[in-house]
Amino acid sequence: MAGDGRMNILQINELTMRFGGVTAVDGLSMEINDGEIVALIGPNGAGKTTAFNCVTGVYEPTSGKVSFMGKEISRGTSPDKITRLGIARTFQNIRLFRTMTVLENVLAAKHMRTRHNVLTATLQLSRREEKRVHSEALELLEEQGLLHLKDEISANLPYGLQRHLEIARALATSPRLLLLDEPAAGMNPQETAELADTIRRIRDKYSLTVFIIEHHMDLIMRISDRIYVLDFGKLIASGAPREVQANQRVIDAYLGVANDA
Amino acid sequence: MTKTQKIVSAGLLVAFYALIFALEQILPARAMLFTVLKKGAIYALVAVSMNMLNGFTGLFSLGQAGFMLVGAYAYGIFTVPVAERVNVYQYFDGGIIQFTVPVVVALVMAGIAAALFAALVGLPVLRLKSDYLAIATLGFAEIIRAVFQWEKLGPITNGSNLLRKFPTFDSFNITNADGEVMVYLSTFVPFVITGVCVFLMVLLLKSSYGRAFRAIRDDERAAEAMGINLFAHKELSFVISSFFAGVGGAMLAMYQTTVQASAFKSAMTYEILLIVVIGGLGSVTGSCVGSFLFIAASEWWLRGLDSGTFMGISAPTIFRSGFRKVVFAVIIMAIVLFYRKGIMGDSEFSLKGIAAFFKRLFGAKRKRPGTEGG
Amino acid sequence: MRYLPYILAGISVGGQYALIAIGYTMVYGILRLINFAHGDIFMAAGLIMIYLSGPLTLWLSLPLVLVLTVLLGFVVERVAYKPLRDAPRMSVMISAIGVSYLVQNVALYITGGLAKTYPTIPWVSDTINLFGAITKRVTVITPILTAVLIAGLVLLIKKTKIGMAMRAVSRDFETSRLMGIKINAVISVTFVIGSFLAAVGSALYFANYTAIVPTSGAMPGLKAFVAAVFGGIGSIPGAVIGAFLIGISENVIKSGGSGWTTFSDAFTFVLLIIILVVRPTGLFGEKQTDKV
Repeated sequence: MAGDGRMNILQINELTMRFGGVTAVDGLSMEINDGEIVALIGPNGAGKTTAFNCVTGVYEPTSGKVSFMGKEISRGTSPDKITRLGIARTFQNIRLFRTMTVLENVLAAKHMRTRHNVLTATLQLSRREEKRVHSEALELLEEQGLLHLKDEISANLPYGLQRHLEIARALATSPRLLLLDEPAAGMNPQETAELADTIRRIRDKYSLTVFIIEHHMDLIMRISDRIYVLDFGKLIASGAPREVQANQRVIDAYLGVANDA
Repeated sequence: MTKTQKIVSAGLLVAFYALIFALEQILPARAMLFTVLKKGAIYALVAVSMNMLNGFTGLFSLGQAGFMLVGAYAYGIFTVPVAERVNVYQYFDGGIIQFTVPVVVALVMAGIAAALFAALVGLPVLRLKSDYLAIATLGFAEIIRAVFQWEKLGPITNGSNLLRKFPTFDSFNITNADGEVMVYLSTFVPFVITGVCVFLMVLLLKSSYGRAFRAIRDDERAAEAMGINLFAHKELSFVISSFFAGVGGAMLAMYQTTVQASAFKSAMTYEILLIVVIGGLGSVTGSCVGSFLFIAASEWWLRGLDSGTFMGISAPTIFRSGFRKVVFAVIIMAIVLFYRKGIMGDSEFSLKGIAAFFKRLFGAKRKRPGTEGG
Repeated sequence: MRYLPYILAGISVGGQYALIAIGYTMVYGILRLINFAHGDIFMAAGLIMIYLSGPLTLWLSLPLVLVLTVLLGFVVERVAYKPLRDAPRMSVMISAIGVSYLVQNVALYITGGLAKTYPTIPWVSDTINLFGAITKRVTVITPILTAVLIAGLVLLIKKTKIGMAMRAVSRDFETSRLMGIKINAVISVTFVIGSFLAAVGSALYFANYTAIVPTSGAMPGLKAFVAAVFGGIGSIPGAVIGAFLIGISENVIKSGGSGWTTFSDAFTFVLLIIILVVRPTGLFGEKQTDKV
């Protein structure tokens, strides 16, 4: 894939993250190219979310390096700065702004992409800018099928829609790279199928690169260009969906478990 | 809000201010009502400023009294008439500041002084987590109090002595050549000041920045992941809140006619916090209503509890000095425990809301206290 | 030596802070609550002593003070904190501030706003000469009694079943609850111990500073809390070390002359800010990581 001349977006080199005696991620190296949908899979506790947290700056890795568009972001770059550089994420355990409305959730994510300062915002001198942001937010909501719920308190949404709001909110930060942490968790097969369409659609529309953690194998197999498999923090396989599917180590470590479940 | 609602609300507001103005001209100046209104207006401003931090940004700060102190001093220091300085700063040869600024400028300076202190205090403490932040801000308020009482700063702050003789609320009254009051403004002007300040805070909270504050309150991690710089926005909220606390402190100085650092104890912060809770964390109108109720109850309505007879019941042995505050504290505890959302919850006062409030008030009795979320 | 009286006073007051600080640190360890009312319980213990020592003999009123203070601490927890067990932490803290406000106002009502004088306890309050410094016997008694009580407390926590439960709850509240530990009993015991030590502390403290007003508990309470933070909240030895450090430092600062007295209180808070910025978990606290 790297040979087709597409630009390298995310580069992870020998990433290791230890918590006390536990090594959650152990020497992970991978790369993601512009416009790809890349999946990171593995059994529970394999270190997938930890890897995400290292990329988004929540954790500073014990060793190793993460680079985004050629710039190192793994040391001393705060999560908000990383988001401003163009990486957005959703959360596995849904972290919406619970007391705020659906629309406000998206607007809050637009805050730092709005050209204003505290004075112009307070005195309503940046009305035109506010209007632009507002209409962009509405468009994002419409895309996720949430427009009719825009004034609903976000915590009151059904589970599946909360996940869609998480995606809309992440997109509101105008990312180049979108990290989705188990976006289909708790969804039924039909919702999952719709989600697959949504992910492809937003990738094309916003020329995004998508990095996704997911347990729904059918979703992963359907949308991923490439898959990385993590087990006990270590990378055990990588490649196109068919290659990974056929890999014996992966079947032992992961797919076997998944089939039992 | 629709356009008609906006017009109706604005009309009501103008009518309210006109009423205050009229009452002041008609009723005797010493009426209890005006004490409540003046002090209520001051506390409303400070309570809204505290709510901005605790209710809207989710920062449990207990430094409000400290920033009020800074504001009160800044106001006093720059407004004591030059001719009076020899008497006021009697132990410091009249002090080193020998000029005054107009009252309005002094009010703004009070806010700026408090904001500057807050900017400095915020640097170390705003990185702390909830309860550590509470205790650290409380600590800073105590440090500020000690610094202002320091004898070495006496030429500026008058040390531990009173600052006095500066313009008070009564200075707003318009008098004729004989010193007779022609137009009373001593209640109206504080209302205008509070009104302007609260209006600015409402605009801020409604803006994109207000949304960012609430996002931080709801979920810091998520807010950060949406590109919101946590520290910068916390600092912003802290500094702006302190600015208005400083203006409130200056107004308190005007109301009390004197300033002394030892009065700005943590108990003052606690009182304001309780007002915020009674009104509802996250409700500006709640804080305003809460302040007037709080002041009216503690200074006026429950007075009888201190002086022998309350609501026709005469029991001088129980209803003696201080009983009012006991009853009052019990009421507050009851609100904190059983009516945790306060009067307004996190919603705002509106014509439609009044009906809903009464519904909630009577509906709440059927619910078990523990089932209401906080 | 010029500093000796100040150091002696510091050791004495440090021991008294230690007894209060343990109440803070244990409650925080288990409930993650800054019990803002703890200092007021300490003040209330002093007032109870004053009102009991009038009609009763000292040897009857002293134990009665302990019992009543413990009862007060127990009731406060049951009425003001227990109903908020599942509420956000901010609500419980606000409730604690409410209790503090209530206790102070009740004290104001009962005393009529006048400072009350703590009774002289024979022998304890006697003046003695220690290495040439004139002081009260309580100065010597405090550190000894503090050491004995803390030793007892440590034994209780290490050796008894309830102590084990307390340690479990302070390590992991939710899991302990699921494991069937009677959380409410453990919390009550914590408040009982805290109030008991605060009552002992009050007898020692007010033997030195005999005037009690309703706000007398606020400052010692805050300082004891800072001591607990300094030592690493949840850690008993940490709280004790912090308390002695604060007690001694503030008294040494007072030796600088009258101009410095205002700063002896502020010093405590400067120390607080420094420790919070440099090492927020305190001297002996454990680092906590939160999950995303």
